[in-house]
Amino acid sequence: MDDEDDEELQRALADDIISASEDEGGSDDERKHCKLLEAISSLGGKKRKKLTERSEASIQVSEFTVNAEGEGDKIHLSDLIGTLDKTPSALIKTKKQLKNLQHNQSTLETPLTRKETEKIQREVAFEKTSKEVSRWQSVVLQNQKAEQLVFPLNQEPSGPKRIEQVVAGWKAQTPLEQEIFSLLRMNKQPLHDPVLTPTEEASLRAMSLEEAKIRRAELQKTRVLQSYYEAKAKRGKRIKSKKYHRIQKKVMRKEYLKQFDEMVKTDPAAALEELKKMELSRMKERMSLKHQNSGKWAKSKAIMAKYDDGARKAMQKQLEVNKDLTQKLVIPADEDEEDEEESAETLPDFVNDVEPILDQVNPWMRGKLSTEPMMEESNRLHPPVWPREVGKPGEGRDDQEEDEEQMEETEEESLLRGFEERRKLRQTEDVKVAPMTMEENDGKVIDIVCHNVASGLCRLAGPGLGQGESPALLEEGLVRVRTLEDVELLSQDISASDTALLTTRDLGTEETDTQSATQQADKKRKKMIDPNEVLTKEAKVIEMPLAPTAVEDVEDKEEQRVIIKEAFAGDDVISDFLKDKRKQEEAGRPKVIDLTLPGWGEWGGLGLQPSRSKRKRFRVKVAPPPPRQDQKLPNIIIAEKRDSSIAAHQVCQLPFPFENPIQFERTIRSPVGRTWNTQNTVQKITAPKVVTQLGAIIEPIAREDLIKDIRQAVTGPSINLESDQGPQKKRRSQQKKKLELLMV
Amino acid sequence: IHAMKVKVLSRNPDDYVRETKLDIQRVPRNYDPSLHPFEVPREYTRALNATKLERVFAKPFLASLDGHRDGVNCMAKHPKSLSTMLSGSCDGEVLKVWNLTKRECVRTLQAHEGFVRGMVVRFCGTSFFTVGDDKTIKQWKMETPSYGEEEEPLNTILGKSVFTSIDHHQKEGVFVTCGQQVDIWDEQRSSPIRSFSWGVDSFSCVRFNPVETELLASCASDRSIVLYDMREATPLKKVIMNMRSNTLCWNPMEAYNFTCSNEDYNLYTYDMRYLDKPFTVHMDHVSAVLDVDYSPTGKEFVSASFDKTIRIFPKDSGHSREVYHTKRMQHVISIKWSSDNKYILSASDEMNIRLWKANAAEKLGLLAPREKAAVNYSQKLKEKFQHHPQIRRISRHRHLPKSIYGQSKELRVMKEARRRKERNVRKHSKPGSMPVVTEKEKHVVTVVN
Repeated sequence: MDDEDDEELQRALADDIISASEDEGGSDDERKHCKLLEAISSLGGKKRKKLTERSEASIQVSEFTVNAEGEGDKIHLSDLIGTLDKTPSALIKTKKQLKNLQHNQSTLETPLTRKETEKIQREVAFEKTSKEVSRWQSVVLQNQKAEQLVFPLNQEPSGPKRIEQVVAGWKAQTPLEQEIFSLLRMNKQPLHDPVLTPTEEASLRAMSLEEAKIRRAELQKTRVLQSYYEAKAKRGKRIKSKKYHRIQKKVMRKEYLKQFDEMVKTDPAAALEELKKMELSRMKERMSLKHQNSGKWAKSKAIMAKYDDGARKAMQKQLEVNKDLTQKLVIPADEDEEDEEESAETLPDFVNDVEPILDQVNPWMRGKLSTEPMMEESNRLHPPVWPREVGKPGEGRDDQEEDEEQMEETEEESLLRGFEERRKLRQTEDVKVAPMTMEENDGKVIDIVCHNVASGLCRLAGPGLGQGESPALLEEGLVRVRTLEDVELLSQDISASDTALLTTRDLGTEETDTQSATQQADKKRKKMIDPNEVLTKEAKVIEMPLAPTAVEDVEDKEEQRVIIKEAFAGDDVISDFLKDKRKQEEAGRPKVIDLTLPGWGEWGGLGLQPSRSKRKRFRVKVAPPPPRQDQKLPNIIIAEKRDSSIAAHQVCQLPFPFENPIQFERTIRSPVGRTWNTQNTVQKITAPKVVTQLGAIIEPIAREDLIKDIRQAVTGPSINLESDQGPQKKRRSQQKKKLELLMV
Repeated sequence: IHAMKVKVLSRNPDDYVRETKLDIQRVPRNYDPSLHPFEVPREYTRALNATKLERVFAKPFLASLDGHRDGVNCMAKHPKSLSTMLSGSCDGEVLKVWNLTKRECVRTLQAHEGFVRGMVVRFCGTSFFTVGDDKTIKQWKMETPSYGEEEEPLNTILGKSVFTSIDHHQKEGVFVTCGQQVDIWDEQRSSPIRSFSWGVDSFSCVRFNPVETELLASCASDRSIVLYDMREATPLKKVIMNMRSNTLCWNPMEAYNFTCSNEDYNLYTYDMRYLDKPFTVHMDHVSAVLDVDYSPTGKEFVSASFDKTIRIFPKDSGHSREVYHTKRMQHVISIKWSSDNKYILSASDEMNIRLWKANAAEKLGLLAPREKAAVNYSQKLKEKFQHHPQIRRISRHRHLPKSIYGQSKELRVMKEARRRKERNVRKHSKPGSMPVVTEKEKHVVTVVN
């Protein structure tokens, strides 16, 4: 305690001294004295008040030396409002508030340490940046999935540049130039971008690519429909059958009436108009001498009428027309033949289709878009959507009319439906093909061994072990490969090792007893590719030819078969095959091994047989092998011994990305070369994944790409135009295409 | 008189007449599959031949650029010119500018005293920066000084400590150095505008992200990789690994991926958002990996190792697709992939810079369209039949020097032994007490926020 006190005193004194020395003006003796007294008095008593005061303003203020007056005491709230005495009303209010505050015990939390604040800052910053970086995810994924990437990514279009790009800041100076430019400006021709005029640009802005595509498709369709109707109208016009035309007219009239009725309901004004028109036509008819049997033609007919029944009828008909027309009726009637022809031209009409027999063979020669050989089959299966031919001798007239009505109602829908049905049919056809070909296969004699050789390269034998750890990409060794001979040696190496492996495996299987052998066979069968399946799959790949050509084919085949039969009359392939199979089965059957040694334990020599008992004793019977795979397949021989020469080239494990052998086989089976594919297909298939340009610097992907991508995502994905260009090229050509579409 | 309509078969001469007599004859083809049987065996044979030829023609080594009088420590690509390349050597006195097409040195200058630790060319290609052991950062003009003019730096900044690496911002006049701390500099100022240090006293490498240009990553001596954002006051995150990473490289096409070359013979590719484990571990080297550089397409990267080999890895494969070595090449210190994706440059201890093809069997120069088609076809065939044993065997075969072959074999044995031991321990311990740690998780110690 004493030591402490002493220190305190010393410090107080030192303070005094310092302050004294610093006091430049007249020193305040009294105050110093007072302080000293206080210091001394504080030594004795328990209550010590440390009261130092700051007399000087300084830059560096130590927190130890600065003291507020009465620091040791607790500050009371009343001290704070001491100055507010003069306004009592406010005083009371604040007092209340302060009281409330006083009751509130909670204090402010101490600020976090620097370490912790930094940690929080880091976390926040990391969140922010990782979010920012994540925007690239879609771009990265897109690039990963892209069929082809062309680097550098944002390439300027090659070829000549526009003059405006090359000569920046070029101005029209000569009067001629100025004149030209003023002209261009006046006519709103593009100055800087010669591709697009302002109107074109406006139209581009007005319609997106998708819209343009849709619109073009619509236009195309209408055009097709129109030409189609025209063709039909022409055909209809050429039809000579009067009956047909009569029916046609009747139908037309009915239709017209129906329309008129509807019009009365929906649009009375238009109906009135129509009525007026009819009235007018009636008046005209009454004024004219048409249909009055007074024309040249009528007169000639009148002469003939006595003898010719047809002529009489024609005249009567004309009169009838006249009667019809001049009748004062609301029921509208056709005006004359010309009108009728016109309407026939504009209205679609399937009735007119006369189908010559020849056309059935060649689908392309038909006028109808929707008639394909497939349709006939479908018609057989389902009730026909619309009738093919009208006016068949056996059919009733009412039926025909009904049919016609139906047809006219759904002319367009039926067209579309026809397309759809065909599509469906095609799909079902594909599914159907498989079993059909299966049957075919059953019918034929197929040697599966041969197939194994052919498709051996895509066969998988072992279980799918390849799914485990990813193997090293390189097989590093001490052998240098310099020439083709070295390479050959390499491949021989592996084949040798493979055969060795095979032989050991074979030995192993021979040693095991029958039960395990059968089990293994079962397992093997599970993992081996079923020959049936292989065949069906192969059949699936081949598309069925269209039916009409198939009909021809069948005929051809028939002929050929007959020819072949004649040529090979002596050969009996089937029995040969069966013999072969039996032989193979025989060879596969285990033989009884005779281990008897003549002369052992008995007399031996020429003409002496070992005794029967001995032979019986030394004869070893081998357990029967598992049943053959082709036991129940009469038309197939399955060679059960693996051919080592092929095995060296076969894949024995399922490679990684594939999930089942079928997938893998499918990829192997489809050829990529020019021998089997057309030029364009080959180009498309063999297009490299990454294309770089010779001597072009590839810059890192730029932020602009991201922005573009986002914008695209907002507006919707771009349509893939049918072209085998890279994605970048597409982007460039899009604008042009858009324009072309608009112009169509 | 009635004109009779006769329909005759007519063909477009364009379909069968060639344009010039230099063209090949147009041969109409029938693609009926029954006429071209055995497609699989035939294509298989073609694929086999293509593979064999590829191995025979695989001659990746193009040229050696010699002239340095000490080991070459660092290289820099020119961002605007493919034929220009810079190299700095360990004696520091020599910094060379190379013309790659002529394969000759066009300029030599004395940059620093001691090692030239790092250099980078400014994004515009007009000047370059070097840092050296003499604690200075120097900016040099790219142009060769005219006759009589002295070889002098444009700007010299004297630092407090040794700088070990330098990188420049992709678009702005900002560069970053590292040494005792990571400093970000404005080109116009002589003091760093920002300094980051996070309880680490030395960094070996710092790199700007080429895509998200404000991001940085650095390798530190405490076995950690630290991420920064130039705009933030603090570093973002760091991951501490089992061993030290020497260098790292960002993927130029994927903003958030980077690969680091590690002392434990492996390379690790990280997604910067998920640092708790690398998404690929690239193995195959048999000694410390010293440098790594991405191909400009971002699909592959090349690594230089202390084991005197260069390896090329597909970015998402655990093993290399190619290994390059020559008898005389010593420890490879620095590696660069040229910005046209065609060449690789390696700088090694024995004072040489070597130029390699990125695709060993590729034919250089312009290709005729038919040649190109043939190349594409054989490439496709090789891809299609890559799983067939013969083809796989041939295409994967690489010659290795005996020492490296022995080492890799040894490593394989060691790894197998370790795995076996772990398996045995797991077998004899309480189930669940020995969790399976994947290869990816093994190498990361912790992630620090």
